[in-house]
Amino acid sequence: MSLWVDKYRPKDLSKLDYHKDQAENLKKLTQRGDFPHLLVYGPSGAGKKTRIMCILKDLYGPGVERLRMEQLNFTTPSKKKLEIMTVSSNYHIEINPSDVGIYDRVVVMDLIKNVAQTQQLDVNGQREFKVIVLTDVDDLSKDAQHALRRTMEKYIANCRLILSANSTSRLTPAIRSRCLGIRVSAPTITEIVTILQGVCKREGLNLPTELAQRIAEKSNRNLRRAILMCEACKVEQYPFSANQNIAEPDWLLFIRAIARKISQEQSINTLASVRGDLYELIIHGIPNTIIFQTLVSELVKNCDITLKATIISQAALFEHRLQHGNKAIFHLEAFVAKYMYLYKKFLEDTIGDAF
Amino acid sequence: MDSFLKSGKLGTSIGDKTSQLNNEGVKKKKSVPWVEKYRPRTVSDIVEQTEAVHVLEQCIAGADLPNLLFYGPPGTGKTSTILAAARQLFGDMYRDRILELNASDERGIQVIRDKVKTFAQLTASAVRHDGKSCPPFKVIILDEADSLTNAAQAALRRTMEKESKTTRFCLICNYVSRIIEPLTSRCTKFQFKPLDESKILERLKLICQEEKLQVNDEVLNVLVKTSGGDMRRATTCLQSCSVLKGKDATVSMHDVYEITGVVPDQWVTDYISVCKENIYSKLEEFIESFILEAYTAAQFLKQVNEVIVNTDEFTDKRKAVIGEKLGTVSYRLQDGGSEYIQLLDLGCAIMIEYSKKT
Repeated sequence: MSLWVDKYRPKDLSKLDYHKDQAENLKKLTQRGDFPHLLVYGPSGAGKKTRIMCILKDLYGPGVERLRMEQLNFTTPSKKKLEIMTVSSNYHIEINPSDVGIYDRVVVMDLIKNVAQTQQLDVNGQREFKVIVLTDVDDLSKDAQHALRRTMEKYIANCRLILSANSTSRLTPAIRSRCLGIRVSAPTITEIVTILQGVCKREGLNLPTELAQRIAEKSNRNLRRAILMCEACKVEQYPFSANQNIAEPDWLLFIRAIARKISQEQSINTLASVRGDLYELIIHGIPNTIIFQTLVSELVKNCDITLKATIISQAALFEHRLQHGNKAIFHLEAFVAKYMYLYKKFLEDTIGDAF
Repeated sequence: MDSFLKSGKLGTSIGDKTSQLNNEGVKKKKSVPWVEKYRPRTVSDIVEQTEAVHVLEQCIAGADLPNLLFYGPPGTGKTSTILAAARQLFGDMYRDRILELNASDERGIQVIRDKVKTFAQLTASAVRHDGKSCPPFKVIILDEADSLTNAAQAALRRTMEKESKTTRFCLICNYVSRIIEPLTSRCTKFQFKPLDESKILERLKLICQEEKLQVNDEVLNVLVKTSGGDMRRATTCLQSCSVLKGKDATVSMHDVYEITGVVPDQWVTDYISVCKENIYSKLEEFIESFILEAYTAAQFLKQVNEVIVNTDEFTDKRKAVIGEKLGTVSYRLQDGGSEYIQLLDLGCAIMIEYSKKT
């Protein structure tokens, strides 16, 4: 039995639930001979991957759904051996080059060259090109992006790239201008509600509108999360009731607890215990940016407006450094310490003014 | 046609493709990017850049060609100019007489030492195969020369002088300040200015006519505006629009915005007015929904900048403060910062400037 998310994933461009105009345009695109490189971007849970799979199916027919996992090996110029997982079918291959960190350039050059140099095996196939799907391209290093740029031009005859990213800010303009950008914005609350109800109907369940509404709002317009939450609710309690408890992600609660701890007491001891908590989060694989972002938005909640501005500008500084450094804990902790300092100073000042 | 396509910026790759194209027939031929298809073929086709065109025309008429340095923003026709000139100078022997190096892939001193030097040392005859006369030199085009390392540039110096009998160099770059002084002093410099909007419009209309595309003037104007004097960008956008909308459909204003990635003006004005209200929670909410709509923050910053610069609400000093913040934020974004926090930071800065005023 598969999760609802996978079970009810639309498999065809015409079956997509929202952004229908765009789906129509994509359909026209696949029917023409000159398929360009695509850059699909949007927040997580907006349906980038679903759209990519639909496009592939439209291009090649049901053959693309026969997937196999493969482990590929590379050797870097410095003789270091690397392994990377790929998912592929006869017509396409999907990789996440940022899995191998700073060696992503080698992957980009080697793998794409390998794929591109071999012609499509199936001579009778309707397309003369293969598709390479690269996920999380916004995490690619600048070197890899430069390498990509050249490869994209050089091998355009036998392969097309479909890039998927959360935001295009980190991509160099050179890459952006070589692709046709497809913006996938997050579904609106009403759209999520309709989809949730559709899913429950097909499962033979009855979902009250209020509950669907609440789930949709809690999900932060992330459709994947909304469906997962809905399924979790079903496991917890069925038949549904309108005001039943919706399980929130553990890490969110945990970060909230940390934030509360910090604003209650600003001392070395708290800092030390916060360090333990932060390690806990990092160990459980919560992405650094998410930790930072949630922490910031929780921490500024109980601040005055001028203090908020200072804290945000400090946060922006530390967050940027976090992207550069390779030990996240230092930067997280530095931010917490800075926050404590600013907050305490602010409190003392206001108390001082009162007397 | 062959030699023309070969000339593209894509270097050898296009050459491979062309040969395939010819073998496999008409179907694939369609996929030639319009940028290549409508590249100017003769020097006189080039618009705007009068000085460079004038010099090259004289050279084609028989005068000697100096070493050239073209600089200017992207899409102003630097590469097109030298390629068109070379085609007219050398005719069929065009391929043998030109070495085009795209500096972004093969940089470094080794390439200069091996490839460039060997090519430069070859001699060139003054007659073509068919007996007509042609200039007795070869041309080395160094595209994107500003990304050459300093060592590589230094290695060029002597080569440039020593082989001046048989070789001319043409350096192409966006920023002339990145080229070391000894090199610039050896070249005749030409600045390429951004194209005039009317010129781009004219060209786009021509393309539409050739491709039988239904686009009304209003949409074309938007395309021209967003391109900012970059012909290549305007052409690519036009092609993307037509690809996405299918052959017969008309291209609407909305499509252009979608493809160029321009954030609708509504969002920009909203952002400013939210900042004006001085309520933090509203700003936070706004930024969250902005990110969920998946617009590009970098583009957004560009548009915000435009608004801030042109507004009457701030004094110049305040504008400078905001401008500084904009710069920092934009740098951090490009460098991998999170959009959420960086946009918040900018918003707060604008907020403070607003509240100071009252």
